[in-house]
Amino acid sequence: MTSAGWTVPSIRAALEAKQVSARELTREFLARIEQRNPALNAYLIQSAERAYAQANRIDAMVARGDPLPPLAGMPVAVKDVISTRGIRTTCGSRILESYLPPYDATAVTRLEAAGAVILGKTNCDEFAMGSSNENSAYGPVRNPVAPDRVPGGSSGGSAAAVAAGLAVAALGTDTGGSIRQPGAFCGIPAIMGTYGRVSRYGLIAFASSLDRIGPFATTVRDTAAVLEVIAGPDPLDSTCANVPVPAYSAELDRPVRGLRIGIPREYFGEGMDPTVRRKVGAGTKLLESLGCQRVELRMPHTDYAIATYYILATAEASSNLARYDGVRFGLRVPGATLLDTYKKTRGRGFGAEVKRRIMLGTYALSSGYYEAYYLKAQKVRTLITRDFLEAFSRVDAIVTPTSPCAAFRLGERTADPLQMYLADIYTVTGSLAGVPGMSVPCGKTEEGLPVGLQIFGPHFGESRVLQLAHAFEQAGGFTV
Amino acid sequence: MKLTREQVLHVAELAHLELSEAEVELYARQLDSILAYVEKLNQLDTSQVEPMAQVLSGEAAEVNPALREDRHSPSSVVEDVLSVAPDPSQPYFRVPRVIER
Repeated sequence: MTSAGWTVPSIRAALEAKQVSARELTREFLARIEQRNPALNAYLIQSAERAYAQANRIDAMVARGDPLPPLAGMPVAVKDVISTRGIRTTCGSRILESYLPPYDATAVTRLEAAGAVILGKTNCDEFAMGSSNENSAYGPVRNPVAPDRVPGGSSGGSAAAVAAGLAVAALGTDTGGSIRQPGAFCGIPAIMGTYGRVSRYGLIAFASSLDRIGPFATTVRDTAAVLEVIAGPDPLDSTCANVPVPAYSAELDRPVRGLRIGIPREYFGEGMDPTVRRKVGAGTKLLESLGCQRVELRMPHTDYAIATYYILATAEASSNLARYDGVRFGLRVPGATLLDTYKKTRGRGFGAEVKRRIMLGTYALSSGYYEAYYLKAQKVRTLITRDFLEAFSRVDAIVTPTSPCAAFRLGERTADPLQMYLADIYTVTGSLAGVPGMSVPCGKTEEGLPVGLQIFGPHFGESRVLQLAHAFEQAGGFTV
Repeated sequence: MKLTREQVLHVAELAHLELSEAEVELYARQLDSILAYVEKLNQLDTSQVEPMAQVLSGEAAEVNPALREDRHSPSSVVEDVLSVAPDPSQPYFRVPRVIER
């Protein structure tokens, strides 16, 4: 885990002391990308021109002695499903290979307004559909910890970029685990805020009722700093919650003694790697040693989450991805008729997993099956959410493993899509319930592969989640 | 359950996807196994449960404040939007002929 030691506070101190300029820092990171990216494939697109222009603005502020914005000079990467004006945004898909968005996502606008320097766009599973980054049309990303293994997905490029020191922080997106699981696999902290906490404006939609933008960094403090900047109401996204954002960074050091942490039995059942079980067990013990009170929980609908998620997410995807028809943007493969153009464009533009999910979602929404699948899943979503609401009437946070296993080998799980879906077993629950969730490193396996510990908080309880994660980090939890 | 080849072709038609013969065969098999898995939802009695579209509405909305009012406002993005279209013709998107003369 290295970003050459750079963090939000250390960059700020170095800029203010004029030990480094934003331009030098940008050059250092772009050089490192040049050197290491060919092997990792974490970045798809670099935006050097835009990065230097922003770095120059920061350096001018330093020269004038202006107060610096919170993320001044921080080199960041942005997952390639998040729109950047004039910078290619492919969603890891052939269908958007040459797409130049005509506007910036709100999260991007806010990052830059806060002084961050965007280095480029990161690789991901096509349209964020995947758990290993192997569904990218531009090749898989390699895990910087173990290059023969996946970095997790779908935000694998963002996680790998930060873990390899090719960015100080990165934006990812999480629909069923796509921030938390790659965070766990690459051994870095990563947080997904409450649904609606961060504007989705400019996030290219996969499943609108589930999609969320959130940060990866190397310290909990840095994830808090980035989340604080990108969160908050946005008139451009009608589903963005109208709730003020607490000062996550300032609240980070609040004591965790006396907090009740729920341990749901359903998250420690069969199918979990024994080392993951041992490490997460040690992690929860550490939290108890900090004065947290352990509360045994039952969350009886956990086992239905994968089925619920893969119906709802694919149904929403089939609807959202209907827009890629070769008319308004992206690829067009001409056919004899308009309908033929649609079919050819979509048949050739989309990869195997995207087509599989469109098919599944279309089936679940089709006449005669809607009630049996889609409506049924929406009802079970209510039950899963109730599990969380009931749990949070008794506890302040819920602690679980992030993933049942550590990073697996490239190609190991591509043959059976259902087996790949089951890797999301501990993350999709919180996605369906809309609660905030964070993964923090929790030691390593004998092979040196990172294990992730997941912390869920109640709706809009990001501050509590971050406090626990920070206390865990300070107590040595990352290397437990 | 068994997903037939005809059903797969019907869904592909609804989804406007041109599939190869190999894809039809592959998706029939894979979708069948995924649909068999999701059958487990039928173990749950949901006759008294309201469906949930998203967390900012329904039961969870009690802890989640209301959405903002939906108002329209003018924008001037036509040129920007058309600039990324495969075949623009101000102020339209051009497509193959759909009406026979």
